[in-house]
Amino acid sequence: MSSTMNLMIGMAMGLNLLALGGSRVPQVIRAVAAQGILLGVLPLMLEHEFDWMVALVAVVTVMVKGFLIPSLLHRAMRAAKIEREIDPFIGFVPSLLLGAAGTIAAVAAARMLPLLPEHTGTLLVPGALASIFTGFILLIGRVKAISQVCGYLILENGIYLFGLLLIHSTPLLVESGILLDLTVGVFVIGIIVDRIQRAFDSLDTRKLTVLRE
Amino acid sequence: MREFLLIILPLAGAALAVLWPSERTRPWLMPAVGSVHTVLAFWLLFSPPHVAPGAWFGFDPIARSVLPAVSLLFLACAAYGVTYLRIRTERPNRVFVASLLAILGLLSAGHQARHLGMLWITTEAVTLTAVPLLHFNGTSRAFEATWKYLLVGGTGIALSLLGSFCLGYASVRGGGNGDLTFVALMAQGAGLSRPWVLIAWVFLLVGYGTKMGLAPMHTWKPDAYGEAPAIVGAMLAGGVTTVAFTAVLRVRAVINAAGEGLAADRTLLAIGLFSMLVAVLFLLGTRDFKRMLAYSSVEHMGILVIGAALGPAGLWAAFFHVWSNGLTKGALFLSAGNIRRAAGARTADEVRGMSSVTPQSAAIFVAGMFAVTACPPFGPFFSELRVIRAAFETGHLAVAAMFLACLLFAFFGLTRLVFSIVDGRPRTAEKGAAKRIREKAGVIIPPLALMGISLWLGLATPAALREAWTDAVAQLYPAP
Amino acid sequence: MRFVLETILRLALWLLLAPLLPGIINKVKAWAAGRRGPPVLQLYYDLSRLWSKGVVMSTLASPGFIVGPAVAWVALVGAALLMPLGGAGGALSFRGDVLLLVYLLALARFCTAWAALETGSAFEGMGAAREVSYAVLSEVALITAVLSLSVQTGNVTLTDMLALSVGSGAVLLAAGLFAVLLAENCRVPFDDPNTHLELTMVHEAMILDHSGPPLAVILHGASLKLMLFAVLLSQVVLPLGQLAPLAAAATLIGTVFGVTVAIGLVESLTARFAFKRVPLLLTAAFLLCLFALLLARKGGVG
Repeated sequence: MSSTMNLMIGMAMGLNLLALGGSRVPQVIRAVAAQGILLGVLPLMLEHEFDWMVALVAVVTVMVKGFLIPSLLHRAMRAAKIEREIDPFIGFVPSLLLGAAGTIAAVAAARMLPLLPEHTGTLLVPGALASIFTGFILLIGRVKAISQVCGYLILENGIYLFGLLLIHSTPLLVESGILLDLTVGVFVIGIIVDRIQRAFDSLDTRKLTVLRE
Repeated sequence: MREFLLIILPLAGAALAVLWPSERTRPWLMPAVGSVHTVLAFWLLFSPPHVAPGAWFGFDPIARSVLPAVSLLFLACAAYGVTYLRIRTERPNRVFVASLLAILGLLSAGHQARHLGMLWITTEAVTLTAVPLLHFNGTSRAFEATWKYLLVGGTGIALSLLGSFCLGYASVRGGGNGDLTFVALMAQGAGLSRPWVLIAWVFLLVGYGTKMGLAPMHTWKPDAYGEAPAIVGAMLAGGVTTVAFTAVLRVRAVINAAGEGLAADRTLLAIGLFSMLVAVLFLLGTRDFKRMLAYSSVEHMGILVIGAALGPAGLWAAFFHVWSNGLTKGALFLSAGNIRRAAGARTADEVRGMSSVTPQSAAIFVAGMFAVTACPPFGPFFSELRVIRAAFETGHLAVAAMFLACLLFAFFGLTRLVFSIVDGRPRTAEKGAAKRIREKAGVIIPPLALMGISLWLGLATPAALREAWTDAVAQLYPAP
Repeated sequence: MRFVLETILRLALWLLLAPLLPGIINKVKAWAAGRRGPPVLQLYYDLSRLWSKGVVMSTLASPGFIVGPAVAWVALVGAALLMPLGGAGGALSFRGDVLLLVYLLALARFCTAWAALETGSAFEGMGAAREVSYAVLSEVALITAVLSLSVQTGNVTLTDMLALSVGSGAVLLAAGLFAVLLAENCRVPFDDPNTHLELTMVHEAMILDHSGPPLAVILHGASLKLMLFAVLLSQVVLPLGQLAPLAAAATLIGTVFGVTVAIGLVESLTARFAFKRVPLLLTAAFLLCLFALLLARKGGVG
């Protein structure tokens, strides 16, 4: 049980690096969607007995993270007619190397933190930290708004992974909080991305520099 | 029961606003709900209810000490809003009214949240509800401001969620049973796992500090406050920052109970002074008077946080300052909105001599500026004086010196910009001689009332308020 | 005596079977494109045809023009002799022979690049520069893969490293080594072996001016290198050391065949990467091998 979970989190961490190296926006969106599906299914691995509530939340999470949000992003991408991330702030190779360094640092750091016995062998904390770091690199280093949104989604995935640590003690709160955050946030983001595209006729955030001193 | 009405009433009003068919009469929902809300809030202030210790929501002393201020601010903004929306008939106001009412309900919920998770959910909902308000003006600059707000604010929320999880894990690792109310967390005290507590503090401070607008997470503030309508700016500066501040205070109490209070206070002092410094530097350079108000807000958030770090006396002063700052900022934003509408522009290059064009608004603006830079006899003078006194009493002399220096330079920056806008030969964005505009009472009376209350607060703070603040301090610094 | 016989047999196996691989790859590509394609033994016919031709050599080029391909070929044969074949081990094996293997590969590359520069032509120089710059990144990945194998098994002898059972990082190593294989043997997506536009060539550009027997030697050496990498990849992934000799041999042949077909499919299904994206792919291969190394370390320590 724990090794399958570790394998899935390991694959999610690999998807982080895939998102960092991808210069094609559809590829990044697909990586984020795959990561969302992987992580949505994860709570079912943690529960020892089958719980209807957990299963329902897992299904909804997979639907939202794996299908609804990527379709929103795809639609925005088609409307803005952007397909590639050209010339980001942090280049692709440096961001890939940074992400790898961050993953290694996350594994090392997680070993130093005190964990509950049931969490010590798992990759939950390293996976969470690595995803958060990757999300930040994408948020800061990319130019296209959709890539930044993907970075935000990966950040959310990392925090969700971390929340799984608490799933036994406060299950309902964790899951409902995350779901609320995700659905409403992305709904709003979807609208805003659409509006920005209409207002600026592009999703290049370097054009959003009118407001300054 | 009344405390839940505080939450439910505005949310019901928001739902009603969505369904209300008439554009012309919809704005009246705002002062209607607002006045009932204010009556309820003050009734609760004067006769506080009993709060069950394990409850997830409750009108506890912290809520009692600041929520009535938010309610009062909303009432003034709502009254202003009726006239404002009547002037801005070119834009549909359904989403605006509904969002504003929803924000009031969510702010009431956020102030009364006694559970770590509920606190996060309500602040997150507030962040998201503010988005349609920010791009009410519909310009591309407004979209840019909204995008930055969403990105920075969204990251802040995500980090505060992470911090909440870390704090929850600290409790669970320390043998807790999963009860995440602040009372339970504080009771667990030294049992909380220390490394997780520190990590949680960092994330929670950064996350909720982003909502407050502390530097260096303040970058969304100038753009957002600059491009949003004046009402929205007032509610954000006076209401949303307050709920984020109460969040920081509640978390700080838990950290203190875990034994890391000294580290928490040091970080608060550092971030508060840094915020004041950054705000002052930008205040000296800015030429846009709405962005100036944003920087002033950053500065005052720094003052609040410094007060909170200076022990019980400083915390009392911080609560006082929440009231005086919130009301004064409200007046400033509303009068600045009047001036901007009359002038058609926002920078000192294009706007001059508004005292001839809009004399009443200009007068309120100048008075508000004096109030916010701590001139007696307004409220902020007395609250900031108490903060400095607390700094001296606890031996933080360097902090007090930097505080005073920042106040001085903020005074320079603010007076320079405000007087360059208000004095001189009248000049507005449209060419041609600007003539005096007849100002409607609906946009003058609310800011005037707010200034009056701020004056009264300074000169004669009501005993009920003092008692409320003392109780709140006792809740956050429980006697061992 | 027996050792001599074995070495000759081994040599014959490598030398005679190597030209089969490019033929298989071309057949797979043709099948994927719906054509019949050249016969699988095409490279043998090409080699014998080239061997009977004369050499066109520039009067300005030094003997390095001829010596280069010859030394490269000898180095590759030496590397082939070092490479273990399933349970049979290498012809020679001593402590640290894996380093000799890597150096022999580098020597082969150096000699080919030298022979290319000897012509003084701009195209060859460009090809040599590109080839060497790819090598910088792919050698890092290769060395990291070798490191991870040696950390996993605690050995620096090729035979022992590859004979012990496969570790948890095998999938990562396989992916990384496959990318290195594609890069070192000038396959799509790093380099198109069928292109006739000189400016897009990497490896082909280096041999533009060779003809006759030296060209035959170069082509044979290239197929030898391909077989070398395929055999290495197969042994990294499968625990061949634990099987009976006959079964190990059969599995090895099957896997090498499988790798070749995979190369053919990858060539048919992917497009060539733009030059500026190649460092990204090679960095990814390096990271895969790095993570395999860390897994091996963690498995040993934790």
